[in-house]
Amino acid sequence: MALSQRLFDAIVDGNAQLAKSLVEEELRAGADPMALVAETMIPAMDQVGKLFQEEEFFVPELLLSGRAMKAAMEPLRPLLAAAGAKPAGVVIAGTVKGDLHDIGKNLVISMLEGAGFKIIDLGTDVSPQKFIDAIREHQPQIICLSALLTVTMTAMKTTIDAVKEAGLRHSVKILVGGAPLSERYAMEIGADGYSETATEAVELARRLVRLEK
Amino acid sequence: MTTEFAPLLYSQLAVASADELIFGVARRPVRCGFGLEIGAGKVYPEVNFTLPTMIISDETWPEVCAHYDEIGRQVLARAAHLKAPGLVLEFELLPAMTERPEWGAEITRILKSHLANANQKWGLPCALRVTPTDIREKVKPPLMRRGEACEELFRSFELNAGAGADILSIESVGGKEVHDRALVQADIPAIAFALGVLAPRDMTWLWEQIRNICERHPGVVSGGDSACGFANTAMQLAGQKMLPEVLAAVVRAMSAARAIAAFEQGAVGPSKDCAYEGPIMKAIAGVPIAMEGKSAACAHFSPVGNIASAMCDLWSNESVQNVRLLSGNAPEAFTELLEYDCRLMNAATASGQAKALRDLLTVSDEWLSPQAAVLSPAATIEIASAIVAKTDPYDRAVAAGVAAVDILDRGRHEGHLSLGRKEAQWLERIKKELEALPSDWRELEARLEPEYGQLYDKASYGLE
Repeated sequence: MALSQRLFDAIVDGNAQLAKSLVEEELRAGADPMALVAETMIPAMDQVGKLFQEEEFFVPELLLSGRAMKAAMEPLRPLLAAAGAKPAGVVIAGTVKGDLHDIGKNLVISMLEGAGFKIIDLGTDVSPQKFIDAIREHQPQIICLSALLTVTMTAMKTTIDAVKEAGLRHSVKILVGGAPLSERYAMEIGADGYSETATEAVELARRLVRLEK
Repeated sequence: MTTEFAPLLYSQLAVASADELIFGVARRPVRCGFGLEIGAGKVYPEVNFTLPTMIISDETWPEVCAHYDEIGRQVLARAAHLKAPGLVLEFELLPAMTERPEWGAEITRILKSHLANANQKWGLPCALRVTPTDIREKVKPPLMRRGEACEELFRSFELNAGAGADILSIESVGGKEVHDRALVQADIPAIAFALGVLAPRDMTWLWEQIRNICERHPGVVSGGDSACGFANTAMQLAGQKMLPEVLAAVVRAMSAARAIAAFEQGAVGPSKDCAYEGPIMKAIAGVPIAMEGKSAACAHFSPVGNIASAMCDLWSNESVQNVRLLSGNAPEAFTELLEYDCRLMNAATASGQAKALRDLLTVSDEWLSPQAAVLSPAATIEIASAIVAKTDPYDRAVAAGVAAVDILDRGRHEGHLSLGRKEAQWLERIKKELEALPSDWRELEARLEPEYGQLYDKASYGLE
């Protein structure tokens, strides 16, 4: 089996150790780091997302693949940085003020990382000001807001309004997600996108970053 | 002043067999509120409600109070209209109402005045359960025994007890910081550590504090906890096909090892509605339990709609927003729905057919989902027996998990439970991982330290 296929399979199977050693082997054989990521590793994570959507994978398998991707990226990171490669995008994620739930947010983060995004995780109970400070500091393309409670989803609007007021709305796309939300609510509060699942969030983030470019 | 209390250690069941596990009847009924006796023969509705989507702030506070006032008035009027023989209102505080304990206490006073009025006007036996939010996880890693959030939480308990709560409860989160990660990774050793070591250690400490608060407020009873943040998270993720259902079923059973800690620290019930592990508590401690199922579809879906009521003493709707429906507002509509469910159960009891109805409620769900399979009266006895055969909470959690796997495995091999290929593979995997767990939790703690050690504050669990 070709080395790249073995690397692809190692990521899909969630075998972090093997994925990392295969990347090292590829590099020794003279592989182009950027091509390795774009042509083998990201397609492997796309396959993982597909298997998840088809209900062939549960979240634990998806996370294992994410870990394998992360491990495989380790030897590549310095080479990609030296070559001037940039992440697929920079994303700030957080659960809004008043809400302590973070499982959904963490799943989205894991999927976005697997797709090559750089993530700044602000945690839970994040105030609008904290989002604003992070936007100024990290200059992301996207911010992801999460909420689980009907009485905290209103903090998403407060956050979006605060970002507008700070004069930063034009510089970021805002994605929202969480059990009580709907596409309609997302539009009503002025978000750029809503996704019901973590895998859909990746597609949405890619689309929004492409539009940005 | 607090009286001397010797913590219990359950080593046998409160019931002789599954036949004694039946709705409306608990070995140790609880009297509380305005003449209500729970678990003494009848099932009562426990009505739970929340605000519609709105901001909670100083500006909106009068509107918040008006909502709870309207809910209290309408729910009790509906209960009286339907001649309900009794009722519990549950006020589950929202985080902002726990962070500012005076807010929570104000709502408690409003609801209690409606209950007092209903009792006086219609002779309705009734009680108020108050459940502050466990806000101790606000900081990372959570500080369970000290810090601002912890102080606010206990002030909330005190103020609510003083403002009219009859039953105190909580959905405690000790160990959840580890369990959250472990669960989504289906990391059985870490799940066992969270449910068998961290959570019981926190609950043992926490429920001692709650018991002391109740002792300072005569008439207020120490209710029970819920593994909502653990097993219900698993149930919801399984419902969305994010986790295997068999994992959710095993986590449910294991969570009972944690729940029993409250009763060993003097909680008397009724346990929380969302504690689907309640029947196991009823079997071990003999306490009355609240449950929720089909009538909680307003809050979340579940595969245990009927079976959840088979052994309940209070029947709840979990939570519903105060929004207008065609019939009336949602909380009063759900009062009616719950009361009709209770009427049927109470009529079955009155006509000597309670066991027949219990069995129908059981078999209608039992083998359609692994999560229902571990909730039958027979499964309850099996899991409860495995728990009381051990004394250490970790051993109990593992034993409960093994018992759940055995129930599912047997159900599968006997042709009752149909599992898809993936679910069957997961059951095998869970079984092997449970069998491979070390007998000493300290060995597990050391093994998990590199990945999970930074997630929890060891002093919060007495582990330093």
